[in-house]
Amino acid sequence: MSDSISNPTSRDGNLASMRPEIDRLIAEAAFDLASRRLAALWRRDPASGTASFVISRLDQIRGKLALPKFKLAILRSFTVEPIVPLLRAEAFAYGIDLEVHVGDFNTYTQDVIDAQSSLYRFAPHAVVLAVRTDQAAPELWRDFADLSPEAAQQAAERAVRSAVHNYEQCIGAFRKHSQAALIVHSLEVPSAPSLGVLDSQSEAGQSGLIRQVNRELRRIAAEFRGVYTLDYDALIARHGSAHWHDERKWLMARLPIAANHLLDMAREWMRFIVPLSGRTAKVLVCDLDNTLWGGVIGEDGMTGIKISPEYPGAAYQALQRVLLDLSRKGILLALCSKNNLDDAMEAIEKHPGMLVRAKTFAAVRINWTDKAQNLREIAQELNVGIDSLAFLDDNPFEREQVRAALPEITVIELSKNPMEYALAVRNCAVFERLTLSTEDQQRTAMYAEQKQRASAEQTFQSKEDFFRYLEQEADLDPVTDLTLARVAQLTQKTSQFNLTTRRYTEPQIAEMATKPEWNIFSIKVRDRFGDHGLVGVAITHDEGERCEVDTFLLSCRVIGRTVETAFLSHLAESAAHRGRTQLFGWFLPTRKNAPARDFYEQHGFARQETNETGSRWTLDLGSSTLRSPAWIKLRVTEPIAEGKN
Amino acid sequence: MTDSTFEQVRSVASDIFGVPANKITAASSPQTLENWDSIQHLSLVLALEEKFSLQLSPEEIEQMKSIGETAHLIESKLQAPPR
Repeated sequence: MSDSISNPTSRDGNLASMRPEIDRLIAEAAFDLASRRLAALWRRDPASGTASFVISRLDQIRGKLALPKFKLAILRSFTVEPIVPLLRAEAFAYGIDLEVHVGDFNTYTQDVIDAQSSLYRFAPHAVVLAVRTDQAAPELWRDFADLSPEAAQQAAERAVRSAVHNYEQCIGAFRKHSQAALIVHSLEVPSAPSLGVLDSQSEAGQSGLIRQVNRELRRIAAEFRGVYTLDYDALIARHGSAHWHDERKWLMARLPIAANHLLDMAREWMRFIVPLSGRTAKVLVCDLDNTLWGGVIGEDGMTGIKISPEYPGAAYQALQRVLLDLSRKGILLALCSKNNLDDAMEAIEKHPGMLVRAKTFAAVRINWTDKAQNLREIAQELNVGIDSLAFLDDNPFEREQVRAALPEITVIELSKNPMEYALAVRNCAVFERLTLSTEDQQRTAMYAEQKQRASAEQTFQSKEDFFRYLEQEADLDPVTDLTLARVAQLTQKTSQFNLTTRRYTEPQIAEMATKPEWNIFSIKVRDRFGDHGLVGVAITHDEGERCEVDTFLLSCRVIGRTVETAFLSHLAESAAHRGRTQLFGWFLPTRKNAPARDFYEQHGFARQETNETGSRWTLDLGSSTLRSPAWIKLRVTEPIAEGKN
Repeated sequence: MTDSTFEQVRSVASDIFGVPANKITAASSPQTLENWDSIQHLSLVLALEEKFSLQLSPEEIEQMKSIGETAHLIESKLQAPPR
């Protein structure tokens, strides 16, 4: 193990030398390395000073790094400026170049109502509405004692209605002008209610009324697509109200949050920004010894490893429960451990304390090979990019090695204390999801079916025989309210078999669906082994005689079994049915979509032009021989004519 | 004043104001450092509170008229018995 990690003295020494080292790397134009050292500096010392340093250096080299940009606007009733550098540094550590616009104090209502406001000119991807109770419901906060006892109940109810009404107006106006995501802080309850313990004796107390506003806020948010609630009261509770608040800074500088909790506020915002920007992990790859259980199976054996409801085994069960939770959110689990396969599998399958079993894992690499190599293989086996993996290992040496070999992977930092492992994983923003589709919840089972398909494929002489045996069925449907979230999600996260890689939010898709010249199709696929669910999206746009394929994407797990041909031929038929004579589309190459490169050519399209962004392909619908393969049973739902033409 | 407190205050100020540490002296102040405005003053206060795990009162924040005075203040707070 290297000294720089295990020895705290040399680590501090290291920390001081990192800044000049980073400046030297920038001067030498070693931008990628400089960027990695900046991220390492931030991980080691995530403080305000470090944030300013990280941001100033990032501003010097951002043009040289291919970081995805994300624009966030913060509308607020309190000082957030000192949080912004922390937020941008934290975003940078997740590989996001975050640009932040901060609204003026308490002008959020005007900002969302005025279509010409600086908010909309900024064109944010997401907006945070951070308003405190004292501003959103003053009568329920400081002025609560002023309510006259006789009229108190009526006045309080009026205050609740007024606060709720304001949220409704704000959110409604915002949706009218912008399709960006909106994250609304819920209201905090006072830590010292004006009537003391009496307050909690009734729902009509100060806290009860504020909670009523919060319930209404959640209801309103659910009525709009892309509007989310941030449970600000729970955030404060998690850190302790007495520690979270700094009354002096509030009175002096309108900053209610204590210095050492500013980072926690930034991190809470990141739990929304990471999934909104698509920087999520799809797979968590775990080590075994001293990570999923205490001890080393090869040395301590079945009776020696620690995994049970009692201390110290309980810490590992707590972590395993987190893994099960992630699995329910559609995050795949995989194992990567240096062990003898038989020893490890016996413990996984037979140890009474284990909560996760072999079937919980979509891919397993238990061997003595280098972990980076195993991780590459796991990504390949599961058909995901390396940047979709997160890596969990108690050994800092393994973590550093993986980080050095595969910088795009998310490596989860763990302390030396196993009791803290579960929370470290829970707090990792790459596992956050803002919506959950049926496909997400069934993903682990789907991967098991995928393994059966692969082994069945081996037994057939010809591809066609295998396709017939598969008995594939596909549903081709126009997008509906029920499928909208999944359709948007697929445009946001499909990178490999995606011809144009255009990312759309739910509100954008919903808006498109109202226009007659746009058609949005989804495809659901199942076969004799199971149901793949909704795995593909195509968006077309009619223009005169021609129909343009704006988006065409399919999940990698159905590619290569001719479903893509069936889907494309449906687009052609549908366009011809609407009287178009030509179907055309762009292939826009990215770092990841090579699997889709030859798609148009293989289906009889002719290349019309090539420029620096990509190539344009057309198909003459009159003479086209494009047909859906006979072995796929199609069920087509025609678009509802209403609103079309 | 110990060197180490001054050094630590100086390195925080260097990060916050975006000025190399060797350009910052005990006499550096809002008059001599271009970036030392009221917003950055708040950032400096917060960064110091975080770094030294202490809280500065409005009166103390008023006293921070130079890096030297700031370091003195931090030093005296670190030596004072806990509240």
